[in-house]
Amino acid sequence: MITPVPLFNYFGFLLDPANWGWSDGSIPQRLVEHLGYTVLAVLIAAAIALPIGLLIGHTNRGAFLAINIGNAGRALPTFGLLSLMVVLMGTGLVPALIALVVLAVPPILASTYAGIRAVDRSAVDAAVGMGMRPTEVLFRAEVPMALPLIMSGLRSSTLQVCATATVAAYVGLGGLGRFLIDGLARNQYDQVFAGAVLVAALAIALDLAGAGLERAVVSPGVRQRGSARRGRRRGARSTDTSTQEAPTASTAG
Amino acid sequence: MIEYIQNNYSEILTDLGQHIWLALVPVVLGVIFALPVGYLAVRRGWLYQPIVNLGGVLYSIPSLALFLIMPAILGTGTLSPLNIVVSLAVYTFALLTRTVADALLSVQGQATQAAEAMGFRPFRQLLQVELPMALPVMLAGVRVATVANISLVSVGALIGVGGLGALFTRGLQLGFMEPIIVGIVLSVLLAAVCDIAIVLLQRRLTPWDRVATR
Repeated sequence: MITPVPLFNYFGFLLDPANWGWSDGSIPQRLVEHLGYTVLAVLIAAAIALPIGLLIGHTNRGAFLAINIGNAGRALPTFGLLSLMVVLMGTGLVPALIALVVLAVPPILASTYAGIRAVDRSAVDAAVGMGMRPTEVLFRAEVPMALPLIMSGLRSSTLQVCATATVAAYVGLGGLGRFLIDGLARNQYDQVFAGAVLVAALAIALDLAGAGLERAVVSPGVRQRGSARRGRRRGARSTDTSTQEAPTASTAG
Repeated sequence: MIEYIQNNYSEILTDLGQHIWLALVPVVLGVIFALPVGYLAVRRGWLYQPIVNLGGVLYSIPSLALFLIMPAILGTGTLSPLNIVVSLAVYTFALLTRTVADALLSVQGQATQAAEAMGFRPFRQLLQVELPMALPVMLAGVRVATVANISLVSVGALIGVGGLGALFTRGLQLGFMEPIIVGIVLSVLLAAVCDIAIVLLQRRLTPWDRVATR
């Protein structure tokens, strides 16, 4: 057990200029590594989950699947899945990456499905009435209106992956989690603290970037509708709250 | 698999017991703190956005990082269970303040106006009208927080206090799948049981509201 140390000692590792150069195991290198795992896992997960979520939402076939994968993903212990992959496949990037992708899929799938289903049916009918083909209905009517929820699913899954990548340092992955695991092993709390602060900062920065991206891609009309709906909720109870609950669900990891 | 469980069931039960209190004590703590803060966000409208934003920031901090920042804030040792309990309480609080505020906002309307017209004072109105009506939405939030906590506890095994997570570290050290699978299954089962328990609790507490149960 590490005993508490005076406050100024916490920042030793973080403030040491030697740790900020570019070398193997330095802070910038670990940061880039961590970011790399996160982006790679989310991209792969999005490539899997977005098409399936869109298909299920558009056709409304297999809704059961989308909802249950979303719920099961939330209950699955991240560290357990990671351990299982390592015991099955050995340490290394691939088993860890598979675990990250498996954890990143459910939030994207569930919120993409929920987003498409939540689109106003009369708007879809109007799109069909205008003579749009099914793919046009999906990509020019449903997807733009579902974007806020789709984006929040992507943000949840990014945070989930960023957090689990930290834990994956325990099974030999690089990234910022190394500082936490190595610091604990060497009884150097200032290194642990530096790692923890950096991971937290990276996660917050990623979430803010996600919020910025969301503002950039969501059409102003859809955004306004969203806020109007929130205003209306003051008046009467609506069922909206239950659907809006879903995306925030699996954020923390 | 069955042999593993037979040989180790007392350890597994100890891990499960620790897992349960590590996950559920923070839910209770989080609810206790989230209720007044969520109420404040409704009563002082300008506080709503800052409180929601703070919750979002807290909720985005990765669990292992928060577990290990806690010793610096609390002055505990890195291996203290308190780090896990307080961290999970922070997540629960972050998630529920917004849910409580949104739930209370959603019930403003005819019923609260009627209560006001009947001469209910604000506190009595809160206790007898707003809270009961907001309960289904708030309990939906509690379900999410409980399930999230149960899956997060096992990360604590990396710093020695992780309930069923101990089965994962054991499996990793021995290269055995059995303890890991037992841990995953028990963790998911525990989450399901708690989820169902809260749904049943809600049915009892709000018999007038069967629609929002889902």
